[in-house]
Amino acid sequence: MRHTSLLILIFAGLVQSPGAMAQFSGSFNAQPGIDLSGAWSPAPHEESIGNPAIADFLGVPINKGARALGLAWSPSRVTVPEHQCQVHVAPYIMGGPLNLRIWEERQSQSQKLEDIRMYISTYEQNRTIWMDDRPHPPEAAAHTWMGFSTGKWEGNTLTVYTTHLKAGYLRRNGLPESDQATLTEHFMRHGDYLLHVSEVTDPATLTEPFVRTQIFRRISEEGQNWLYPCESVVEIANQPRGAVPNYLPDENPFIAEFAAKYGIPLAATLGGAETMYPEFQRKMKELAALRK
Amino acid sequence: MAKLIFASAAATIGIFAIAGLVFAQKNQFPWDDYRVEGDLTTIHVQGNVYMIHGLGGNVAVQIGDTGVLVVNTGLEQNSSKLIAAIRKLSDKPLQYIINTCAHPDQTGGNEALRKIGVTITGANVTGDIADAGQGAQIIAHENVLDRLSAPTGQKAAAPAGAWPTDTYVSGQKEVFFNEEPVEVRWQPAAHTDGDSLVIFRRSDVVATGDIFSTVSYPFIDVERGGGIQGEIDALNNIIDIAIPKHEEEGGTYIIPGHGRICDEFDVVEYRDMVTIVRDRVRNAIKKGMTLEQIKTAGFTKDYDARWSAKEGPGTADNFVAAIYRSLKASPSR
Repeated sequence: MRHTSLLILIFAGLVQSPGAMAQFSGSFNAQPGIDLSGAWSPAPHEESIGNPAIADFLGVPINKGARALGLAWSPSRVTVPEHQCQVHVAPYIMGGPLNLRIWEERQSQSQKLEDIRMYISTYEQNRTIWMDDRPHPPEAAAHTWMGFSTGKWEGNTLTVYTTHLKAGYLRRNGLPESDQATLTEHFMRHGDYLLHVSEVTDPATLTEPFVRTQIFRRISEEGQNWLYPCESVVEIANQPRGAVPNYLPDENPFIAEFAAKYGIPLAATLGGAETMYPEFQRKMKELAALRK
Repeated sequence: MAKLIFASAAATIGIFAIAGLVFAQKNQFPWDDYRVEGDLTTIHVQGNVYMIHGLGGNVAVQIGDTGVLVVNTGLEQNSSKLIAAIRKLSDKPLQYIINTCAHPDQTGGNEALRKIGVTITGANVTGDIADAGQGAQIIAHENVLDRLSAPTGQKAAAPAGAWPTDTYVSGQKEVFFNEEPVEVRWQPAAHTDGDSLVIFRRSDVVATGDIFSTVSYPFIDVERGGGIQGEIDALNNIIDIAIPKHEEEGGTYIIPGHGRICDEFDVVEYRDMVTIVRDRVRNAIKKGMTLEQIKTAGFTKDYDARWSAKEGPGTADNFVAAIYRSLKASPSR
């Protein structure tokens, strides 16, 4: 008897409410945002500089400490077994080269968007961008190469905030990013193109946010390279246990190499916030005039 | 029935909300299972092992069917908080306390925790030594006992109830507890002369004590037998023990003396920093520079923003001074 009453009530509700019927046709989960799913590959962009030269810190708003650390870095560091498979942290890896696959994970019953996944072919990295308003982990939690990310839709722009990143490179020539860095990203899709804007802040190495942009284009070709097995080996015979190749202060012989190759004032190649801005061109001319 | 389900779900949510407990469905990283209560954070690291953060030094807790084992006990004033946090993880008896050094931020809660614990005894011991079963065992290197105790008539650094009850003098001490081999390995002349690494072999977790920290330069206590070469050797030992799961991430997890949960690469970054600063100070000594000149030269300026503590032993000046004193006393130490 009670069951019969309940069914009548439900039926009455459905009949009286066209909106309720519409929910079952799929609109009750209407959410902002667009579908970013697919395979993507970066087009050439401002940071596509291949393997950066030693002491090429141009355009990076580093502080004095980061500069000193970059100048002490020896390329032989990557011969150390534990550095051989060192992954590029999330802010750097998105600069490519890479293949990027994006897909959505939705709750099976409600089809509500739970998280957006990214698989990055370089170093076989997985990112999860939580879309369910969960808090970031506590300070004492572990850090990872890709960090912990939460996202939200701002119109059709996906904005992602990432914490708990490992220490890594701002640029793969020893320019450091600390494990205190945070990353804010904006993903904007325009058909088969995906604009990615990233902003790194790091109290330990940067004086201003480091902003980069790049474009991914949709790829549909088969045969993309999606794997990246890495196993460290002994690269230097008789390398002492615990060896950490580095240059002592003022002993790096390659500091001026990049500046000389491209005819750029050394002061410019050593980076800093002012080298990011157009006004620095005037200073470049002044520095060049001084050299003459 | 529906009411019952709703009430049950609401109660469950309420319990979690009160505890500040966060559960995630996908247990991928050790940030998925944690509890934050005030300034205390309890995180499931891996396997049987948890980390309690916010007590002064970090405390590692191993739980299982047999009982509870803790590595270090935090500051004395936080003992009741630590006991409460352990009791939320397990109601089994606390049987083992392991100290990784003698400093009060790692041994302060020894006495209080020992009191709530038990030592399993049997045979003739039970009858012959009346209090043999009272209190948990405290395991540490012999030098920790020497630092905490004192000859008769002299004032000890800690009350007798806080002293190690089971010491070792070289190599390692082994315990099999909660179906897990636990190694306690001596690291000579590192942070102090009594440091131990604690290795949970089944859980694949290493508790390092103050040999490794994520919040400051290492505290090399030269007065108590610490030394720069021993510190670097110990960091390299941790790196040798740890095996990452994939691309230098995950696998073996590391609980530092202070700071956050780590894996091998975090220790690698720290080892690199300590080694590079050691190289610079050693080179300066070879050039005949004094300690004051070395401090003024700013050999840590590239690391200070990340690693220099505002005060205490983890400041840049104290770190450089410890390296200098250590190298001057013995170039190999």
